[in-house]
Amino acid sequence: MPVNCLCILCRIVITLQRGEHLQAFDYVAAQTVDEAVSLLAAKGAQARVLAGGTDLIVQLREGRRRLELVVDVKKIPEVNTLSYDSNNGLQLGAAVPCYKIYGDATIARAYPGLMDAFTLVGGTQIQGRASVGGNLCNSSPAADTTPTLIAHRATCVIAGPTGRREIPVEQFCTGPGRNVLGNGEFLVALRFPAPPQNFGAHYLRFIPRNEMDIAVVGVGSSVVLGADRATVTAARIALGAVAPTPLLVDEAAEALIGKPISDQTIAQAAAAAQAAARPISDMRGTIEQRRHLTGVLTRRTLQGAIARARGERVNHA
Amino acid sequence: MPKVHVQTRINGEDIDFLCESRQSLLEVLRDDLGLTGTKEGCSNGNCGACSVLLDGVLVDSCLVLAVETAGKEVATIEGLASPSKLHPLQQKFLEHAALQCGICTPGFIMAAKALLAKNPTPTEHEVRYWLAGNLCRCTGYDKIVRAVLDAATVMEKA
Repeated sequence: MPVNCLCILCRIVITLQRGEHLQAFDYVAAQTVDEAVSLLAAKGAQARVLAGGTDLIVQLREGRRRLELVVDVKKIPEVNTLSYDSNNGLQLGAAVPCYKIYGDATIARAYPGLMDAFTLVGGTQIQGRASVGGNLCNSSPAADTTPTLIAHRATCVIAGPTGRREIPVEQFCTGPGRNVLGNGEFLVALRFPAPPQNFGAHYLRFIPRNEMDIAVVGVGSSVVLGADRATVTAARIALGAVAPTPLLVDEAAEALIGKPISDQTIAQAAAAAQAAARPISDMRGTIEQRRHLTGVLTRRTLQGAIARARGERVNHA
Repeated sequence: MPKVHVQTRINGEDIDFLCESRQSLLEVLRDDLGLTGTKEGCSNGNCGACSVLLDGVLVDSCLVLAVETAGKEVATIEGLASPSKLHPLQQKFLEHAALQCGICTPGFIMAAKALLAKNPTPTEHEVRYWLAGNLCRCTGYDKIVRAVLDAATVMEKA
């Protein structure tokens, strides 16, 4: 398919092939959370939230989604603000684009394990628009930011017709492209606890090139070390692209918690992550390759998370 | 479908236009405002040919609804050169032969402009990563990277 080729022949073929117009819809830039909820509730499945549009506009153009109403939530202050303090942690509005998050030096320093993922979603142009909340709501099993949200114990603040609720991020996705949002509900913000003492996190994904690709496997890990920095007191390991939803693997964490750090416990955690993976074979990789990568990336992200928990610098991939 | 009235600024000029909600910024720029310097490549956010700056932030204009630009500032390739002088990036793209068919060029130049505004002295590695969202099927990228690095040197001195 010459879809991404810019040569003149491909351009002509593509121009002849397509009408290249989105179906008609109404657009409203909601000013408040309540306004967005009532607009969404009134239109049901015929309405959808617009944040950065890097998934939604593509889906509309390709005819994969048809809507009567697009509700832009970027004008709602709470949905588009970013705030951090070292006691309360990070409040990340669901529509805040990636570049704004990693462009904030204080936040980038406090959460290097989040930045691993936020700096590799698409290219520069995509990061200028794409939001972490949108990445979660698109609910792709391969979403790059979701495993690291899980590793960081993020929670989702959801507004709806009956008020607000807050759920752990690992409970948000229910299947490929599906999530817990009910009629009239939308994601307002993500909340992250302040990093505890001796906390470290790391996200890595495997793609066959250096950038601009979709994860074959992605793993986000976090650890909290004891005062001796030699024992693991808490751990979270989350996998992407190896199941219908991102997975939090408690068994992998259990292989580490309460034990001294060693190659052996890390290998046990990696084996537990491999056992929990339920990958499929597709154009990006086979079951065997994905299972293998799950082990490798679990080990490497744990090593990275431990190094960061000890105050060492680990570069983004 | 009724049209929406949008007031925006494009290349420093106040511009009003009417558009349908479904129209992308790219469509309005090219088809309604006659600003055909911005190119359409893939129309799905992969190729970067339609790159523009929206309030100074590099975006793919195919993935922005034109109605979203109300009250915002858009910068396109048409705003770069003065009547008498090319922008250093344009000049260096010419000198380094950093283009063949030219479809990707406006996108590359807008992306490079955004990079140099943020980081006036990028390394080759930084240039390559920043431009990863722009595809070129003619040059093999080396000439483009060299042109951007050379333009950065010239702009630093100026």
